[in-house]
Amino acid sequence: MWQLFHKLGSPKWFFGMANRLMPWLLLGGVALLFAGLIWGLAFAPQDYLQGNSYRIIFIHVPSAFLAQSVYIMMAVAAAVTLVWRMKLADVFVKSVAPVGAVLTFLALFTGAVWGKPTWGTWWIWDARLTSMLILLFLYFGVIALGAAISDEKSSARAVAVLVLVGVVNIPIIKYSVEWWNTLHQPATFKLTEKPSMPAEMWVPLLLSVLGLYLIFGWFACLRMQTEILIRERRTRWVKELVLAGRS
Amino acid sequence: MTSDTRAGWRPVTESVGSVRAMKALFLRDLKAAFRQRQDLLNPLLFFIMVVTLFPLGVSPEVSFLQQAGSGILWVAALLSVLLSLDHLFRHDYDDGTLEQLVLQPQPLFLLVLAKVAAHWVLTGLPLVLLAPILGIMVHLDGNSIGVLCLTLLIGTPVLSLIGAIGAALTLGLRSAGVLLSLLIIPLYIPVLIFGTGTVAAAGEGAPVSGYVALMSAFLVLAVTLAPFASAAALRISLSNA
Repeated sequence: MWQLFHKLGSPKWFFGMANRLMPWLLLGGVALLFAGLIWGLAFAPQDYLQGNSYRIIFIHVPSAFLAQSVYIMMAVAAAVTLVWRMKLADVFVKSVAPVGAVLTFLALFTGAVWGKPTWGTWWIWDARLTSMLILLFLYFGVIALGAAISDEKSSARAVAVLVLVGVVNIPIIKYSVEWWNTLHQPATFKLTEKPSMPAEMWVPLLLSVLGLYLIFGWFACLRMQTEILIRERRTRWVKELVLAGRS
Repeated sequence: MTSDTRAGWRPVTESVGSVRAMKALFLRDLKAAFRQRQDLLNPLLFFIMVVTLFPLGVSPEVSFLQQAGSGILWVAALLSVLLSLDHLFRHDYDDGTLEQLVLQPQPLFLLVLAKVAAHWVLTGLPLVLLAPILGIMVHLDGNSIGVLCLTLLIGTPVLSLIGAIGAALTLGLRSAGVLLSLLIIPLYIPVLIFGTGTVAAAGEGAPVSGYVALMSAFLVLAVTLAPFASAAALRISLSNA
């Protein structure tokens, strides 16, 4: 365990590790996502109330799921940055913040598209929607602050403080559908209870959530590799790597 | 230096307790601010002017203003606090006082708390005192004005405390003002929602004690946690310079 922790301190080690990991993540992610989406979009039964329009759930829920967990992952990495000053943790935060923002936007957008036929409106100032919008703003703030500070070390720590402060929003999003009377339905998956929909619906949904997680993992690795190459451009191993790639 | 002289050695400032240091810093900030009176007045003038924009820009009708008044006042107060935040650490940062504060033996978060308290007395409190007059101008009834002032009284310290984190993070950066708003506004939204929600509930004759309790919970949470984040952010910003 501690050995892995020490190895994670070396960007070079991570770069090689990511190279080996990425094909599997991509392969598994694409397979799961395709299976989940095709099953969900083409074969899962219709909803008795919403007809076919509910099928956007197979995109909406995975992206909303990821949007929140990416922030939690960023918060963990931010804590690691502050406590152990690990470079890689900051690389992770900086690399995935834009991805998280895009996923949040996707969740809001698909939610709006879904809201139009079912609620009769694109947007409503409801607790869940508003708190997701705040999450999007928080992502923007993290990206903006990271870009504004040129010094790598203090940028890492400043962003980490901001990410940790923003964590207060996550429980608000999570429980907004239970604390307040809202239009948005409660959580689709709970660890302790059986899902309220039939297996033909929730199994493909679960597959697409897992698939998106894996694809996110692949994309995060890719972006982190790029960030590492930029930051370590003066080191010998990067030079050798680039030269080897060119020949 | 022998070991027993070292044991007898104390830094001079250690004899100053944390509470006394906080009080001294608080009074110093007030004194410094009163020497620059115009700076004190500006956020208040901004507050009044923003409130004026709404009747002129949207609708001067009594029914609209009664409904939107508390929200307008809250948004204007939020914006003027946001505008004043830039001054919170800026002067001390520019002349090096801030570095001395960081080096003090007293815990930095307590000193930050004292500075934020001074900031609130200079911006938040005058806003609360001005609110009744503007409340009358937007045709709020007496009960709503009372509740509005209460929510501002509880809410503006929260705004100052959260804002201090952003001010500390953006210290010494170019275009710090816009960035500061970008970072802080998302964190202000919950305070705004509950602040205006309280006044709306009062307008409908509903009990407000639950709302007020929740806002007080925000305040307690902010007082206990925000100074730590601000102190950490200050150290980062100073190590950057």
